[in-house]
Amino acid sequence: MSGANNRLAVFPTRMTLSVMKQKLKGAQTGHSLLKRKSEALTKRFRDIVKKIDDAKRLMGKVMQVASFSLAEVTYITGDIGYQVQESVKNAQFRVRAKQENVSGVMLPVFESYQEGTNANELTGLGRGGQQVQKCKDTYIKAVETLVELASLQTAFVILDEVIKLTNRRVNAIEHIIIPRYENTIKHIISELDEQDREEFFRLKKVQGKKKEAAARETLERETKQAAEGKLLAESNAAGASVHSSPVDPGDILGGEDEDVIF
Amino acid sequence: MEALFFNADDGYLEAVVRGYRSSILNNTAYINLTQCETLEDVKLQLSASDYGPHLQNEAHLSTSMLAQKCTDKLVQEFQYIRAHAVAPLSHFLDFMTYAYMIDNVILLITGTLHERDTHELLNRCHPLGVFDSMPALCVATNVAELYNSVLVETPLAPYFKDCLSAEDLDEMNIEIIRNTLYKAYLEDFYHFSQSFGGPTAEIMTELLQFEADRRSLNITINSFGTELTKDDRAKLFPSIGRLYPDGNLKLAKSDDIDQVKATCDVFLEYRQFFDGTTGTGATKTLEDRFFEYEVDLNKKSFQQQFHYALFYSFLKLKEQEVRNIVWISECISQGQKERINNYIPIF
Repeated sequence: MSGANNRLAVFPTRMTLSVMKQKLKGAQTGHSLLKRKSEALTKRFRDIVKKIDDAKRLMGKVMQVASFSLAEVTYITGDIGYQVQESVKNAQFRVRAKQENVSGVMLPVFESYQEGTNANELTGLGRGGQQVQKCKDTYIKAVETLVELASLQTAFVILDEVIKLTNRRVNAIEHIIIPRYENTIKHIISELDEQDREEFFRLKKVQGKKKEAAARETLERETKQAAEGKLLAESNAAGASVHSSPVDPGDILGGEDEDVIF
Repeated sequence: MEALFFNADDGYLEAVVRGYRSSILNNTAYINLTQCETLEDVKLQLSASDYGPHLQNEAHLSTSMLAQKCTDKLVQEFQYIRAHAVAPLSHFLDFMTYAYMIDNVILLITGTLHERDTHELLNRCHPLGVFDSMPALCVATNVAELYNSVLVETPLAPYFKDCLSAEDLDEMNIEIIRNTLYKAYLEDFYHFSQSFGGPTAEIMTELLQFEADRRSLNITINSFGTELTKDDRAKLFPSIGRLYPDGNLKLAKSDDIDQVKATCDVFLEYRQFFDGTTGTGATKTLEDRFFEYEVDLNKKSFQQQFHYALFYSFLKLKEQEVRNIVWISECISQGQKERINNYIPIF
């Protein structure tokens, strides 16, 4: 795997190791949180897709009915389009936008409401007024469906974007960041082990050297003692046995001294 | 006596109208039309009829185009008759166009109030109701000015005297003006047709009475639950119908459809309009029944000879035919075949 060599450029110390471990833990927690978020969003997303499907089918039907009711009006009253357009002063059917929070994502929700009086209630007074009102009602229903569909579609687009983003993050954490931390930790641990081994070896070596030195020392001392002994024996043999007692303590002291030093 | 001299002046035109009448689509043609799958088929079916030459050169088919072409043909026929008419028939024919003039005037007033382009407005006017000083209407801002500057020269002037009090032109007032004008027009037309006497008066009475009653009923039903007060409503009822005066009074006081129904129960012909229309899901609306009855009356006027009502009936039947064609093609283009048979067959 390409991530095998992938690690952070850090100095392998115990301190960094603990920092890295903390980071790994953080990454894992983040990963599970994001994963949960993405799942929640996906669930919502599926709901919306289902709703959009329903709404679109409904819209097809409603629009058909509405345009047919307009045909009915035309049949009975003739073309009233112009008259209706001109008598409208302000919109009776309005849309207001709200926001809904879904796992931290702000989704706009459109809400339709009616305001003011019926502007065209006298249209077609002499002929076809009922059809005009009926047509108006069907169109209001059609627009309501359209508004609902619009808010679903917007939510769909936004959720799609957010889900992609979250999934990208989840994957990035899972496949890049966590392996990187793990590698770094592994690397630090192996480096530290290496250091440990080196240290141990070094100590051993020092100890060995020391032992060698000690052994040489002992050997030297022994030869020295042996030589001194010979000399003593020779001097004793020469005559003065009195001199031997002051020399002995001095030697013992010297030997002891060396011991203290090592 | 009338029959003796009728042919001297109007015999030719009566013959022409009777000729036009026989070109009105019959039931077989309608059945063929309802079988069509596309507007192309509709065009093909219509090409065998008198509409053929009018639709021949149209590459792009749409319902509105069909409506436009059919109306054009109707207007063309009417103008031919008008051009050949002599008084008093010419006057009678002019009277028939006043209804369209009212609509055009109202349209122009509405458009002017919202500062629309005059040319666009003039294009939308019904060709039968065009008059010379029409573009000048676009300068007026209130009814009095409108009357003084433009309308006083038109035949509509007498009708406006009733609604000069309406100072500001808002949506409600415009609709009221339209209906007041129409009421005045119907009454005037009624008295005018009475002056002929004979079969013309007889048949026109029936036609105009029905037209007046239909307006009264429609206004009543459509004004339920609106800002229109009962007094205002009563003022819009034409005073020539069979419902006048007793029925009109009752209608003015009605609050719901049942009271309207009770008012009409007295009249045998009108009673049928309300059978089953109050319930929901009725296939035929009140308007459909009105149309049916109107067609029936207009058909009857062809049964007599030597009278002018025939011209009126021809125009109405032709209008209904245009509506039928538009309805059928609308049903076809929208794929709503189950309602396609709601047209009113004429012959």
